[in-house]
Amino acid sequence: MKLRTFAAAAAIAALTITATGCSGGSDAGSGSSDGKTLTYWASNQGTSLDNDKEVLTPQLKKFEEETGIKVNLEVIGWNDLQTRIQTAVTSGQAPDVLNIGNTWAASLQSTGAFMPFDDAAFTAIGGKDKFVKTAMDTGGVPGEDPTSVPLYGLAYGLYYNKAMFKDAGLTPPTTWEDMVAAAKKLTTGDKHGFALAAGSYTENSHFAFINAAQNDSEFFDAEGKPTFTSDGVVNGISRYLDLMQTDKVVDPGNAQYDNATKAVNDFANGKVAMMLSQSNANSSIASQGMKDDAFGVVAYPAPAGAKEVATMVAGINMSIFKNTKNKDSALQFVKFMTSEATQAALDKPFAALPVLAGVTPSFTDNAELAKTFSDIYENKSKPLPLVAAEDQFESTVGKAMNQMFATVASGGTVSKDDIKAALTTAQEAVEAAG
Amino acid sequence: MSATTAIKKSDPAPGPAGKKDRQPRRAGWWLPYALLAPAVIFELVIHVIPMLTGIWMSFLKLTKMFIANWGNAPFVGLKNYQVALDFDSSVGLGLLKSFGVTVAFTVLVVGLSWGLGMAAAVALQKTFRGRAIFRTLFLIPYALPMYAGVIAWKFMLQKDNGALNHLIFDNLGLPGDKPFWLIGDNAFAAVVIVAIWRLWPFAFLMLMAGLQSVPADVYEAASVDGAKPLRQWWNITLPMLRPVNMSLVLVMFLWTFNDFNTPFVLFGGSQPPAGDLISFHIYNASFLTWNFGSGAAMSVLLLLFLMVVSGIYVLFMNRRKDNA
Amino acid sequence: MHDTTGTKVFRVATITLLSIFTIIPIYVMVISGLKPLQDVQGAFSWWPTTLTIQPYIDMWKTVPLADYFVNSVIVSTVSTVLSLIIAVFAAYAVSRYTFRGRSLFSGAVLSTQMLPGVLFLLPLFLIFVNINTNFGVQLVGTRAGLIITYLTFSLPFSIWMLAGYFNGIPRELDEAAKVDGCGPMRALFKIILPTARPGLVAVAIYSFMTSWGEVLFASVMTTDANRTLAVGLQLYSTQTNVYWNQIMAASVVVSIPIVIGFLLLQKNFVAGLTAGAVK
Repeated sequence: MKLRTFAAAAAIAALTITATGCSGGSDAGSGSSDGKTLTYWASNQGTSLDNDKEVLTPQLKKFEEETGIKVNLEVIGWNDLQTRIQTAVTSGQAPDVLNIGNTWAASLQSTGAFMPFDDAAFTAIGGKDKFVKTAMDTGGVPGEDPTSVPLYGLAYGLYYNKAMFKDAGLTPPTTWEDMVAAAKKLTTGDKHGFALAAGSYTENSHFAFINAAQNDSEFFDAEGKPTFTSDGVVNGISRYLDLMQTDKVVDPGNAQYDNATKAVNDFANGKVAMMLSQSNANSSIASQGMKDDAFGVVAYPAPAGAKEVATMVAGINMSIFKNTKNKDSALQFVKFMTSEATQAALDKPFAALPVLAGVTPSFTDNAELAKTFSDIYENKSKPLPLVAAEDQFESTVGKAMNQMFATVASGGTVSKDDIKAALTTAQEAVEAAG
Repeated sequence: MSATTAIKKSDPAPGPAGKKDRQPRRAGWWLPYALLAPAVIFELVIHVIPMLTGIWMSFLKLTKMFIANWGNAPFVGLKNYQVALDFDSSVGLGLLKSFGVTVAFTVLVVGLSWGLGMAAAVALQKTFRGRAIFRTLFLIPYALPMYAGVIAWKFMLQKDNGALNHLIFDNLGLPGDKPFWLIGDNAFAAVVIVAIWRLWPFAFLMLMAGLQSVPADVYEAASVDGAKPLRQWWNITLPMLRPVNMSLVLVMFLWTFNDFNTPFVLFGGSQPPAGDLISFHIYNASFLTWNFGSGAAMSVLLLLFLMVVSGIYVLFMNRRKDNA
Repeated sequence: MHDTTGTKVFRVATITLLSIFTIIPIYVMVISGLKPLQDVQGAFSWWPTTLTIQPYIDMWKTVPLADYFVNSVIVSTVSTVLSLIIAVFAAYAVSRYTFRGRSLFSGAVLSTQMLPGVLFLLPLFLIFVNINTNFGVQLVGTRAGLIITYLTFSLPFSIWMLAGYFNGIPRELDEAAKVDGCGPMRALFKIILPTARPGLVAVAIYSFMTSWGEVLFASVMTTDANRTLAVGLQLYSTQTNVYWNQIMAASVVVSIPIVIGFLLLQKNFVAGLTAGAVK
């Protein structure tokens, strides 16, 4: 009796394990080589993973109708994407095509796991010249065949609350000094002038880069060696930090904002007058009930006399895994995704800036907003360091800044010497890993 | 390895080994091996071989340049260990700090969890109305899926919108500013509290089970002798629970020292130094910088440390028992 | 009966403080799952402005929670059953036979408790990949891969606990059965297992909870096809919003089956521990 129950349980278990083994869901692309099925990892661009699927599925259907190639889509959240790419690179069990944050392009290129786009490949996807040059520059290490091509363009902008500015008799700032003065004036009671994602190491590293770039300083020299401790870098970070430390226009609570959405929420709920965000914030602002005409955007201003860098060239690129057995289909798919028709369909739901030359922005109906962002993206942008250690720069410098903000927020002070010391540690870590 | 020795020696029963000699079943000599085979196979595939592979990796320069073709990664001997143990470099210093944080964390979490578990087990030892309710309630944190409990804490520990600061400053009216819990120095207190919340019910459960095997008449005899409750606890309860405590403390130590889940779910990407427990530190060192050789070397060092501590613990416990 | 005042104060204080400590996070979880989104984004309040079950409806749409649920149930159940079967055989061997390598086996099995997960996370992943290339068995991104991983995680503790439990069962019982002509396997199934039921339940609970709550390996080994709740729950913080109310609602839903199961079986669990590991 008991024996039989056990035997039955064992049999069921054995069956299940075989069944689950066979059904083995995401057959990592390389499995089938008939060229009729592709695996595609998309990054999370919409309001939820499901939302991404809804937006992308009709396009993938269309692609299948046109070419007969079926695309297996998996949307991956940002928390997982880097780990998933790492394991894919390590194991070779990879999708055929995937999205990457364009700032990782050079780092990922150095793994040698991605297909370089040579002339033939570019011809297959419609030519290198179809892309905006700014966007294309992020494709990989300069001087080598890039391993990624732009898909969605993004840029940082300074969002401001129109009503709050008007009530205070202020105009949108054009210099850093104006911006701080305005922020100070708008910091009253429980309202603050500014919200920052001061606990997010990616955001922090981006702004470390932008502020250093305004000081005409680089994080890496021409040979790709880290130069984190130059005065321009230290001063740039110090300036950014001082928004909380000395100017006190940022609520210390922002030190634990570990992703950009929290700052966006504060802005949309009228708790702050200004915030820094990428251009795809519009949909979340709207979902919080703030009207499209209630806010404006200007370029993130540099101090008077400094270089006018307002953003890094942000966005999403597309890569093909080198070991794909469906190279031709993969190229066809990249061509399709970067075609004008598909871009036109995707730019709006994902609030992306065009990466194709000569295309007018369609991510918003607000012409003024579109113009501002296009101007920032094309004229006031600079790509993050296109070196293999870029990802280490983001994590070490970004995390060091997390700690600085944490110190400031808990009532401590961070001097320029402290900043320099923290950057020295970060630099040593990058050098040790190299 | 040595934990079993401790358990076996503490086993008061004559132990199965003694009787084995009576059955020299030559014919069925293979049977125990057949019975063990499935377990051995799974242990080999999931634990032993990966561990050996991990040790092998610790001698390689396994950075992102080589990870895609890791069979060709250059052999660097002990270099990864040198870097990890060079406390003048930022990598070694980071590991050392993380180790220090983890030691303090483990001592506090194991000690306090044991204390709370013991207090609750003793408080619920005698029957009273509603005892079952409290026993059930106390076990819930242990039964909850770990990430669900920790996420709830993460939500509560926010500075401005968190329940904890609301309770302390708005409801109880303590003066002062609301502090951060998830960043800065308080991150240590936060991770300790959350870990205790999850772990103490386990100590409670084990100790409660142990107390049930203490015969009531021992206490009665003691109270007739006029022994005070605290003395009773010290003279009777504690010695009776010795076998439980020996394995309980060791298991809690290993779990706590290796705790990855609590900081991972609680802090996510922010990794404050005060809450930078060693497993979490190594995970970040491996995955954020793609330096898997160095991460493997750090893991091996951690393993060696745990083996040494466990070995000493078990030896010490057994000697004390033998002397007693 | 004649407790001293000190004892009473100690008991009341201990129970009160521990109850508060235990309840607050659970209460916050439950009540926040019943709040509208604006409530959980603003300052905390012990009671929602409006009580709503909307998060419990929305949470199924924000992430495919139902799929993850199914994955978790299958993975945890199958790995528990298999782990139990394997542990029973191994524990029987350890408890009832002397053989060369016995102490090596028990020692080695238990020392796996010391292994830091980060040490063998990546190697295990690579081994799975190699199994796939050489034998064509897909383990990464499938439930089968998770199942064999998790069943092994709970195996050491299960064998240890069961062996202890079996040791507590008088050998005279199975000796007698053998005299009656039962083979060793019959003796295991007819005599030992029925007696050891609390031990089996304890082990089953332990391994089910281990699989249900595992995060580290799930975060690397899962894809859309086999993602478990442990990883799925983190997906509520998307690019554009952190849905705290839905996270809390989902946490409640994820917890209910396991908490109820555990509480129903806790007597067995305690009995199993008492007879097994505790001895």
